[in-house]
Amino acid sequence: MVSVGQHENIEILSFSEVEEVSGYVGNFEVKVRKKARYVKEELCNGCGLCQEKCPARNIPSEFDCGIGSRKAIYMPFPQAIPRIPVIDKVNCIYFQKGRCRACEKLCPREAVDFEQEDRILDLEVGTIIVATGFDLFDCTRAPQYGYGRLDNVLTSLEFERMINSQGPTGGKVLLKDGRVPQSVAILHCIGSRDENYNEYCSRVCCMYSLKFAHLVRDSIGAQVYELYIDMRTFGKGYEEFYKRLMKEDVIFIRGKGAEVTDVAERPREEGKLIVKCEDTLLGELRRIPVDMVILSNGLEPRRDATQTARLFGLSRSRDGFFLEKHPKLAPVETASDGILIAGACQGPKDIPDTVAQAGAAAAVALSMMDMGKWTLEPSIAQVDVERCSGCGECLLACPYKAIELVEGRAQVSETLCKGCGTCVGHCLPKAITLLHFTDEQLVAEM
Amino acid sequence: MYEPKIIGYLCTYCSYPGADLAGTSRLKYPPNVNIIRVLCSGRVSPELILRTFREGADGVLVAGCHFGDCHFINGNHRTAKRIPILKKILEYAGMEPQRLRLEWISASEGERFAEVVEEFTETIRGLPPMKEVLR
Repeated sequence: MVSVGQHENIEILSFSEVEEVSGYVGNFEVKVRKKARYVKEELCNGCGLCQEKCPARNIPSEFDCGIGSRKAIYMPFPQAIPRIPVIDKVNCIYFQKGRCRACEKLCPREAVDFEQEDRILDLEVGTIIVATGFDLFDCTRAPQYGYGRLDNVLTSLEFERMINSQGPTGGKVLLKDGRVPQSVAILHCIGSRDENYNEYCSRVCCMYSLKFAHLVRDSIGAQVYELYIDMRTFGKGYEEFYKRLMKEDVIFIRGKGAEVTDVAERPREEGKLIVKCEDTLLGELRRIPVDMVILSNGLEPRRDATQTARLFGLSRSRDGFFLEKHPKLAPVETASDGILIAGACQGPKDIPDTVAQAGAAAAVALSMMDMGKWTLEPSIAQVDVERCSGCGECLLACPYKAIELVEGRAQVSETLCKGCGTCVGHCLPKAITLLHFTDEQLVAEM
Repeated sequence: MYEPKIIGYLCTYCSYPGADLAGTSRLKYPPNVNIIRVLCSGRVSPELILRTFREGADGVLVAGCHFGDCHFINGNHRTAKRIPILKKILEYAGMEPQRLRLEWISASEGERFAEVVEEFTETIRGLPPMKEVLR
């Protein structure tokens, strides 16, 4: 990421959002709002002094999934590029109460600027790659697992932050009361492969669940139970990793976790979380008392995927992820020429596959730019000026504003016309036809 | 035995790939629909539909993208307005309005396509052949 930030041909617009997209392949006009972070990017050198001294503390950190905290002036995570903090208006004492301004006083480069405003940038680009990623399944939608209600039920990302050595606990696996858990249950397929939530498989969870099992065994030696439906360890070295876990004394139970409860039925369950499941290999219902439960929740399209899709003119497949032009032959292209998709926004996938798709999208974009020319579909609308009455119906019908009235007759712009034929459907005197899809041609197909 | 002939106008970006998906998924549906691909369901004018009936089609299916998904932004909005009006006109002219059906089918709805074709074929089978109506 650092090399991306330093590359002379790459301009990173961080803390920015695309507000409008218009135009067509090779000639897109994109309006971007660069939001005010209240820090001058040209002056800041990322020293972090402001972050250290800011008195507004204990704000739940989004990056640490609420387990850790941050200040009101903060860098989202230590490796953020650009290495420039942002001020959270909602929690900043100056913005809320008019006092403090400690960061401004202490900054050795005088980079803090409370007067900064949002800027609108108008970009002209030839191609667009949408790589907006995913969101995790919200476990509060599955109350049977006790997430949010019972202590020590964590989502996968929360556990990932906990066990990360740069995370809020310094990599220590701890229960809410500070004790080290003696037993951990990892429940696969939460929100996935499930008619009640998402029917699809999230592809990455089996591997990350095994990773967690390995890390738990390695760091605290707790007893680990993996409750799975199938083990989807499909990639290079993945099956070998699974075999290795089997040798690490992880207990594998084939049966999806059904419920997590804290209501004990016998003495050894007191003070524990009890995972209820059916062990399908044993053919028995089981109650497994553990100290900590990790829910392997699945990947979903981002919550604002609908807006993103509208903005870029993207279709979505049944599972809600962005629709590729062809699932096998054109996985990174979309129905809109010049707009490409890559990564988890197209469907759940892990890092190697995401990197491969990113390369694919870059290659497609490069080949388009290299060609310099774009071949248009020949099926565009054509006006018979003799028949045209100049009523202007077609102008109103055209979604691309590709028709103009010239000397009282309709005229079609060849570059803007996409050949949808809506104008043809509207024209009463049948003055406008769609080349290669004329009425005669369609009737001949019958 | 009367086998109804149905003409289906499918849009290139949503309903046509949807029908394709029904095919690659090996779904079974009646072979009575002749698919004619148009770029957008908005291309299908009322006159074209009337001409289709005049040429002998027993039923006409127009399929397009769901609202918000039209590759050409709002072509399907036009279709949505035209078809109900046309159905009223057909009724007024003495033709069964059920002969014309409008559906929104997306590129991932192979099953839905097969379902619609199944249902529509049965509906049309229950009506007299267009040849007799035209006479």
